[in-house]
Amino acid sequence: MARAISPRRKLITTAAAWTIALIIFFPIFWTILTSFKTEAQAINDPPLFFNFDWTLENYSVVQERSDYMRFLWNSVIIAGGSTLLGILIAVPAAWSMAFVPSRRTKDILLWMLSTKMLPAVGVLYPISLLFVEFNLLDTRIGLVVVLMLINLPIIVWMLYTYFREIPGEILEAARMDGATLKEEILYVLTPMAIPGIASTVLLNFILAWNEAFWTLNLTAANAAPLTAFIASYSSPEGLFFAKLSAASTMAIAPILILGWFSQKQLVRGLTFGAVK
Amino acid sequence: MATKASRSAARIMMAPAVVLLLGWMLVPLIMTLYFSFKRYLPLRGDSLDRGLDWVGFDNYVRFISSSSFWPSVQTTLVMVGGVLIITVVLGILLAMLLDQPFFGQGVVRILVIAPFFVMPTVSALVWKNMMMDPVNGVLSHLWRFFGAEPVSWLSDVPLGSIVLIVSWQWLPFATLILLTAIQSLDSEQLEAAEMDGAPPLRRFWHIVLPHLSRAITIVILIQTIFLLSIFAEIFVTTGGAFGTRTLTYLIFQRVIDSQNIGLGSAGGVYAIILANIVAIFLMRIVGKNLDK
Repeated sequence: MARAISPRRKLITTAAAWTIALIIFFPIFWTILTSFKTEAQAINDPPLFFNFDWTLENYSVVQERSDYMRFLWNSVIIAGGSTLLGILIAVPAAWSMAFVPSRRTKDILLWMLSTKMLPAVGVLYPISLLFVEFNLLDTRIGLVVVLMLINLPIIVWMLYTYFREIPGEILEAARMDGATLKEEILYVLTPMAIPGIASTVLLNFILAWNEAFWTLNLTAANAAPLTAFIASYSSPEGLFFAKLSAASTMAIAPILILGWFSQKQLVRGLTFGAVK
Repeated sequence: MATKASRSAARIMMAPAVVLLLGWMLVPLIMTLYFSFKRYLPLRGDSLDRGLDWVGFDNYVRFISSSSFWPSVQTTLVMVGGVLIITVVLGILLAMLLDQPFFGQGVVRILVIAPFFVMPTVSALVWKNMMMDPVNGVLSHLWRFFGAEPVSWLSDVPLGSIVLIVSWQWLPFATLILLTAIQSLDSEQLEAAEMDGAPPLRRFWHIVLPHLSRAITIVILIQTIFLLSIFAEIFVTTGGAFGTRTLTYLIFQRVIDSQNIGLGSAGGVYAIILANIVAIFLMRIVGKNLDK
């Protein structure tokens, strides 16, 4: 089956793949590296690679000056809250669609997906108006609800594709052995569903963490998450490369790590099961 | 298997998700439609409490006939089209390369996928400052190293710069999906073609590309939907200046900056229609896949 690959060809492929990968990764690498330089070293000509005095000063300055932890906490609450709320609402829905499908299941699924296609800017004013009306502007709960709603279709879809892979025969076998509905759900289905639910949680946490339309437009000082925190660096003041780098590194590090764990689920989650 | 009782239980279980999404879709949509037929300038004293003047299709006509409309459509097309071409072409090449056996596949995959997880505001600002700054950016150092005059990217080639930034963000997505599709290609078919003496380019054209066509379509459709609503990347780099104002950004400015809600809402309706045209095609493909 596997063709014999000449060692030379493998070496050439290795060189090419690594070169391209390092170019693609370079901006991230450079940001992380710069975050450990002083501002003067950050703009040194020629650029400094490893031959500089590493410092953690930027991190403490960013925390002191702009209270980074508050934005981080907002991001955690908003991304985590919207994901958990979404899961609570989506699990029963996906469950019933996967195990008790009806003629309309497919239409409902596709309709849910279509709500995801609604361009946010088209409903920006109505949503802000509703937010003002219900005193939700610049609150975490408001963003939790909005991000839950924009990700709900993806959550339902991902869970549906996972649940559908649980074989129905297992349920019948459990029933033959006299399991009640409650036992069936608790001891048979749940353990099989947990990996799928975990992947869904992971991907949607990432999507919510990085969401940058509603988080920029519906927050000010109190509920602003990291996306808005970073956007405040768009008007530079003096030397700021190293501080921008430190702030950026802190904003992306947690999600890069989570993201690398979720890369296998990514394809399924983002193509709605159309590519596996 | 499905009894009457379980059917009604299923309906109850689905209800919260369906009701919430229905509300999320209909309420703002109806409000946008309503405003789009009204004169609504809060800064000039129009308010919901006193009632708004009905202006018919005035806002729709004015939005289209404004001098910034066609340039914004053009900018949108260039941006979406540019990013699509770059990410799909490079994505195919990269996916084929990564499909070959080589050392350190796991690490390379991680490095290549990383930009996708960087939040839009960070990637835009990192590129704007660390990479594209005309004095201290890495690209300027590189240009000077080769004896060339550094480019001030975001003012000289603003649209191209944003296309570059967004392509960097979306290349991992295209690559990952195309790689997944390539890996499902039957290698025996390729081997047979190779044994029959088909040169690499023909093997690519007649076997690999047709196999990838569905994945490519999906990449294009999904990316188009996300790219049409690109916002943060413009917001923190050029703020819509220098010909980088897309349709989305134009609507944003009408609503937020000039506080012309009626006009912005009419623009929003156009954007919704545009997105739906793309969405219909995506739905067809996804729907077909559900039947299998």
